[in-house]
Amino acid sequence: MSATLTIFKREFASFFATPVAYIFILIFLVMSGVFTFLFGEFYERGQADLLSFFDFHPWLYLFLVPAIAMRTWSEERKSGSIELIMTLPITTMQIMLGKFFAAWAILGLCLLMTFPLFVTVNYLGAPDNGVILAAYLGSWLMSGAFLAVGICMSATTRNQVVAFISAIVICFVFVLAGSPVVIDLFQMWAPNIIVDAIAGLSFLTHFQNMAKGVIVLNDVLFYVLSIAVWLFAAYVVIEQKKAH
Amino acid sequence: MISVKNISRVFNQHRVVDDLSFEIRPGDVVGFLGPNGAGKSTTMKMLTGFLPVSSGSIEINGLSFTQSGREALKIKQNIGYLPEGAPAYSDMTVYQFLYFITQVRRMPRTTRQQAIGKVCEQVQLEQVLNKKIEHLSKGFKRRVGLAQALIHDPNILILDEPTDGLDPNQKYHVRQLIKNLAKDKMVIVSTHILDEVAAVCNRVIIIANGKKCFDDTPETLKKMSPLHNAVTLKLSYASDISGLLEIDGVLDMTHTPGTNYVTVFAQPGRYILGQVTSHIQYHQMPVDMVYPEEVRLDDVFRKITLESNQQEQV
Repeated sequence: MSATLTIFKREFASFFATPVAYIFILIFLVMSGVFTFLFGEFYERGQADLLSFFDFHPWLYLFLVPAIAMRTWSEERKSGSIELIMTLPITTMQIMLGKFFAAWAILGLCLLMTFPLFVTVNYLGAPDNGVILAAYLGSWLMSGAFLAVGICMSATTRNQVVAFISAIVICFVFVLAGSPVVIDLFQMWAPNIIVDAIAGLSFLTHFQNMAKGVIVLNDVLFYVLSIAVWLFAAYVVIEQKKAH
Repeated sequence: MISVKNISRVFNQHRVVDDLSFEIRPGDVVGFLGPNGAGKSTTMKMLTGFLPVSSGSIEINGLSFTQSGREALKIKQNIGYLPEGAPAYSDMTVYQFLYFITQVRRMPRTTRQQAIGKVCEQVQLEQVLNKKIEHLSKGFKRRVGLAQALIHDPNILILDEPTDGLDPNQKYHVRQLIKNLAKDKMVIVSTHILDEVAAVCNRVIIIANGKKCFDDTPETLKKMSPLHNAVTLKLSYASDISGLLEIDGVLDMTHTPGTNYVTVFAQPGRYILGQVTSHIQYHQMPVDMVYPEEVRLDDVFRKITLESNQQEQV
């Protein structure tokens, strides 16, 4: 545990040692603002909730999370520090978890920094703050799943651009799987069970309830499992490919 | 003790390391030599547990990487490793980086500062302690890599080109450091600089094409040179030198016409400088100077590795 914490601290600090974290947080805040107020019609809806804010999160994460995940392993490979860290008395899984939690903490920080929105709705009306809290939690969980995909892609290559783009593509597939376009496409010919299975794999479907403040064990489990599976895949890739 | 038995490593059906075996005991300072791509770095990566062996076995103090993860960690705890190119986290300062290493190595909190202070003195890093690693010169970066390898006072040191990028003074300093550290440790140093081997190591392993082609002391390596114990003389003007060949212990002689330099080669294990000089005096040969030849390890290295290449092609 302490080894994971050591890696976590180093990785977390390294986001702030370079402008990465600041720029990321800034872009996240600007983009979420744009989405909420311009496209989400926050005021026009006339409702004291943050649905218009959370609804856009999957699309926001689609581009932003791969950007923060892409350096995770690619940079270690490129600079050769992977050889240093993996010959220290620490396991690959400890490194993996340390890295994951550090980046996830940055994403959590981004969400925390959107508190002015929370203050605004509370000033304008009387929202159900339990719902908002649940949605925040759900959003953070979902970002973890995006992050795990990004870390896995980063583990496959020393090129950060390749890691970024492949992560976007895979995340896109997982988001899109639950969108009406895809569901309709399959509904025309496939049996319901397949349609449900495809929709069930979507990051989007599992977030929809959470954005409304409904936390179902099912959805939580889905994201936790997604994180576990993708991180394990990253672990396997690193163990297999560290030689190259 | 490090015991390497018949290890091989295959990348894409190419055998980078091929059936390599050797043993290293405390007190051994091994110079690991070989042409580029001979498999030196790959062997070091396997010794440090970064790469698994394709076949064969590595035992370090009776433990092996293939056993449980706990044992692998125990081995890694005893090794100090400077990877090729001395990679480090460049966004950290030297102090932050070394502190991070002491944390990962689980050194007791109370000893960390002391360890950092000591190692920085050893490799002369005090003046850049609070600078970011990315802003350091190549020589300093190399020394940061050395510092992280030495910080926990390991009993096995594996250094991949430790003096690369250092200036002659720093090279000298690092060599002295390795020599001083080496007393009861096992040290493996890979290098391209053959003088370094003679200066630091008490054992040389040369590999070419992934195979071991020499494993003995630097002195034995020197003896393999035809120039070992050879004597060169410069004639003032052309004169009869055939008598030199008849001296007891002389193997052969070369004469470079035009320059009037004559090199007399000794039979293996024979010293001929005394006889050659008395021969010159006795026959009153017109000689401007006489000097014993310096063995150039580069030549021996070339000879050994080229022979191995030719064997490979056959």
